[in-house]
Amino acid sequence: MTRTFLAKSPPMISALGRETIRIVSGFGDLALFTGRSFGAAVSTKRLFRRVIRAIYEQGTVCLPVILIVGLFTGLVLGLQGYHILSRFGSEGLLGAMVSLSLIREMGPVLASLMLIGQSGSALAAELGIQRNSEQIVALETMGVESHGYLVTPRLIAALIVYPFQTALFVVIGFWGGSLSGSALLGVDSGVYWSSIQRAVESRDLRECFIKAAVFGLLSVTICAYQGFHADRNHSETGARAVSAATTRAVVISSIMVLVADYVVSSFFI
Amino acid sequence: MNPPSTDAPLLQVDQLVKSFGENPVLDGIDLRVQRGSIFTVLGPSGTGKSVFLKCLAGVMQHDSGMISFEGRPLVISDKETRADFRRRCSFLFQNNALFDSLSALENVSLPLEQTTDLDSREIQHRSMDALAQLELESFRDRFPSQMSGGMQKRLALARAIVTRPELVLFDEPTAGLDPLRRNAVFSMIVKYQRRFNFTALIVTHDVPEALVASNRVALLNGGRICFEGTPGDFSSSSDPVVTGFRDSTEALRESLSLIRSDFQA
Repeated sequence: MTRTFLAKSPPMISALGRETIRIVSGFGDLALFTGRSFGAAVSTKRLFRRVIRAIYEQGTVCLPVILIVGLFTGLVLGLQGYHILSRFGSEGLLGAMVSLSLIREMGPVLASLMLIGQSGSALAAELGIQRNSEQIVALETMGVESHGYLVTPRLIAALIVYPFQTALFVVIGFWGGSLSGSALLGVDSGVYWSSIQRAVESRDLRECFIKAAVFGLLSVTICAYQGFHADRNHSETGARAVSAATTRAVVISSIMVLVADYVVSSFFI
Repeated sequence: MNPPSTDAPLLQVDQLVKSFGENPVLDGIDLRVQRGSIFTVLGPSGTGKSVFLKCLAGVMQHDSGMISFEGRPLVISDKETRADFRRRCSFLFQNNALFDSLSALENVSLPLEQTTDLDSREIQHRSMDALAQLELESFRDRFPSQMSGGMQKRLALARAIVTRPELVLFDEPTAGLDPLRRNAVFSMIVKYQRRFNFTALIVTHDVPEALVASNRVALLNGGRICFEGTPGDFSSSSDPVVTGFRDSTEALRESLSLIRSDFQA
């Protein structure tokens, strides 16, 4: 009926309708994909070993990037924060500013974006190639639950890796802030660290870790979904399909992280 | 060659239909595959041989018709029968579909790890045994990309037989191979079919090799099985479709040998 209605509508309305249906059905499909992947955790054999491997793959690859970006984010926050706060004679609050910025916003968001760029894109490309070369179909012919074997371990690993890497990002960022604020610009080191201690509350840490876990789940699901269905609904085939799926995975998951950031933040404020 | 069993068929296909949009690919396929036999479905490229095999393996959904394994129909709603079929059936892909990030041993042990409750030692033992049967035990730590095409084919077969299946589906096992390697692959299929006594269903367009290796052959043309019989019947058939297909492959072979002799001259 919807198709008939759209066929009789003016072109712009029918195009809008088709696009809306495509987006809504895409969300539905993504939800089913996530549900099926978590549901497969029950029936997948030797899952623990695959989770450990996924933690290693997601975690170690991104470690240098997390450390470098975390350090420079802290350095910039220390530098900018010092010059802004010094206008009001509040340099003593530099630690509070750096720590709260990192814990509540910059840590989870930037760490997730780095993880998407590194392990998320790799995941989408790997699954896309496996789809292309019939490795996923081969699993299904063997009676192996392909979601359970390929996606579930990555989703579980994301719930561990993203919060851990975010914590690392934040700690290195504190140190970067201290380096620029205390060592280079002269804020007393004791004042900087005690300001952090006074400012950070448990709810801030809770917000940080919840955001990291949500972003991890969201981005790994989107990247896995795009790679897993690299052959579906698009005109590209072969290597181009994998490349397009990887691009979509990075773009969509980065946007969704920022959308989710607003939604989760609004619950905590 | 093993004489085919005279019991009820292991695999039975009745009026199988599959279309892509308005284009019918399989238009009412009927087939009976006896236990312990090598059954080859011949046909020109693009006639839906691989689609037929994928419908049998359950990776592609057919539109109508019935597939029965040991007399039990395989329907989507009967998950138990389907799961049982998948445990007892293996699929050898045209491009082998090996996991390039796993070693040879890991590739072979994957179906045992994921579909059985065997302990690690037994899995290792059975996987090594399968590799040894296919003379690949010294390549256990190599990745598929570090192996030749023939070795990859053997590795794919090792992975297919490690679960001790009763039925192995071969999708164009000799696609893209030269005549010598085509012969070698068919010899390998016959050798291991005898050793492990599985039933083999092969789809290919390589007529001479298939006629030597098979107990029965069928010709798929225009979405239908237009011939079924022994290799001898196929060679002597005067059916115009059969003779047309036979002549076209022979003509191709002759023209290729002419080109080859020209080059050699």
